[in-house]
Amino acid sequence: MLEKAFVGGRKYWIWLACLLGIIGIGFIMWLYQFRVGLGITGMGRDVSWGFYIGQFTFLVGVAAAGVMVVLPYYLIHYKPFARITILAEFMAIGAVTMCLLFILVDLGNPVRMINVLLHPTPRSILFWDMIVLNGYLFLNIFIGWNVLTAERKGSPPPGWIKPFIYISIPWAISIHTVTAYLYAGLPGRHFWLTAIMAPRFLASAFCSGPALLLLLALIVKRFTKFDPGKEQIRTLGSIITYALILNVFFFLCEIFTVFYSQIPGHMHHFNYLFMGHEGHGKLVPLMWTAFALMTAAIILLVPPVTRRNEGILTVACVLLFIGAWIDKGFGLVVGGFVPNPMERITEYWPTVPETLITLGVWATGFLIITLLYKVATSVKLEIGG
Amino acid sequence: MGVNRRKFLKIAGISTLGVAAKPAADAFGISPSEWLDKKLGGFTIPETLFHFFHKPAGLAPGEALTAKRWAMVVNVKHLDDEIAQACIDACHRAHNVPHIDNPRHEIKWIWHDEYEHVFPGQQDEHLTEDLKKLPFLVMCNHCFNPPCCRVCPTKATFKRKKDGIVLMDMHRCIGCRFCMAACPFGARSFNWIVPWPRAGEGRFEGDEPPTPEFPTRMKGVVEKCNFCAERLAKGQIPACVEAAQEACKKKGREPALVFGDLEDPDSEVRQLLRSNYAIRRKPELGSGPNIYYIV
Repeated sequence: MLEKAFVGGRKYWIWLACLLGIIGIGFIMWLYQFRVGLGITGMGRDVSWGFYIGQFTFLVGVAAAGVMVVLPYYLIHYKPFARITILAEFMAIGAVTMCLLFILVDLGNPVRMINVLLHPTPRSILFWDMIVLNGYLFLNIFIGWNVLTAERKGSPPPGWIKPFIYISIPWAISIHTVTAYLYAGLPGRHFWLTAIMAPRFLASAFCSGPALLLLLALIVKRFTKFDPGKEQIRTLGSIITYALILNVFFFLCEIFTVFYSQIPGHMHHFNYLFMGHEGHGKLVPLMWTAFALMTAAIILLVPPVTRRNEGILTVACVLLFIGAWIDKGFGLVVGGFVPNPMERITEYWPTVPETLITLGVWATGFLIITLLYKVATSVKLEIGG
Repeated sequence: MGVNRRKFLKIAGISTLGVAAKPAADAFGISPSEWLDKKLGGFTIPETLFHFFHKPAGLAPGEALTAKRWAMVVNVKHLDDEIAQACIDACHRAHNVPHIDNPRHEIKWIWHDEYEHVFPGQQDEHLTEDLKKLPFLVMCNHCFNPPCCRVCPTKATFKRKKDGIVLMDMHRCIGCRFCMAACPFGARSFNWIVPWPRAGEGRFEGDEPPTPEFPTRMKGVVEKCNFCAERLAKGQIPACVEAAQEACKKKGREPALVFGDLEDPDSEVRQLLRSNYAIRRKPELGSGPNIYYIV
């Protein structure tokens, strides 16, 4: 089936070449980082995780969001999603790969990575994160490929794949829950020390992930003869709307607890992000942009009239995706480190090499998604979908 | 292991050598032990075997300082900037901690800060004037229940069972920096750049690391105060404590840093804690810091 990824028009090859170019630049920059050290990034003693871990966190959500299509189809038997389940699974593969790569580029000693297996440490959440992420990657490759192969042969998927599909549903929830636990159990970091972290993560994942899927589906529709379907897009739109509202609600719950209790250590981080703290406010414009984008997305998505308009829905998804990306891929990680445990402030901003490496990883993810989507759509067209 | 070595040699020597070597030695008319000494250049067979299979730590038993739970008392009123700096210099020299100009890449095992930053959440507008100015020395708290060890995915950082010191295996660390996020005290530093003068941006006082017997680090690993585990093993007190004693003595003060066994009721730290009100950093987090501050 893979051969279908290597048959395409001029635009397809140009797109692949662009991605490969970005990957190449990112890889060279990573070699530079490997040689010199993580000091080439904007991170430091106080903000010791930055852009990389932020992208990782955000993308775990995107990967988990595949379940928003898999669950209605396999568990509730919502038939229309049969057409796009494979797109959701293949998107998840690309997203999990990016997650693993972001962990890799963030390590100070990537050559010793195998130590996590040589000295397994179940009390560390990172150990569990490694298990759930790799497991999820395996499940999606395994299920997606087998189901698509069966479809191509015109037969129903083999019976033995069913247990894997059912396992993949809670597994998707687990990857984002475990990722939230990386943060939510650290005693000295007030910004992250909140029980609502995992629910909030899931809510933001279930709006931003399907939003990306919807955009990808529309791109597929535009550039191939495969139509993911009107109803499918519409249902995705509803899922996105529910999740987005939940996400904002959870965020407001957080705001209430922090600002009604008025415990200084808890307020500092929110103040830093949204108002600026002791004269430092590099992230303030960014955070308000995220807030504005999310609000605009809600306004566009809640009324059925606008939501059912494909053009407006697309715009809303773009706004939401960028908003959620700033919130989780940037504010969440950096905000937890400022101010530091001694209540001193060091600000963070990614450097150029760091940004290029980040782009390189994103391009790798999109390359994988492109190739897999090419296969999926070709198979679907071949069988006359 | 060191404690048992002599005993081991004795028993092993008597049982194996006594039987095997006696007839041979008798033939030459010398005692078995003399014969062996000649043959093995002063080493007995078990001793030779022992050294073959076991790389000694270079220590005779009884030489090392031991405790059930090491702790430190910082008597802040006896500190001033000069004494604090002497402690910092002694530590950073003993552990080849380089000087790095870029504050983001800085490596600190011990440093000082103001009261309000060392005890955030316990700030007080009407704090006595002298307390506001005092240099509070801070370092790894060697927590009883260390969050950093809980999160490490490779056990590269761990609490040593026998004396409670939180140590770092810098040869195992993968550089994920989870421990830095977990430490509530900001006690951990990461080697963002090669910490060597020629290859990176680090600087030592001379061109070479001042303490050749202590390993220098590579880029990409986390490091922190180790309560001078390498000095304790040689029977020396931590470098900062020693420096504080000397500097305080010169100024005619009581020692500002006191080190000892928290589980020994007669230790100096316990005596100090019995008669003085001492506080710890962020005790409410339950990590159980083992550094006490008499204010």
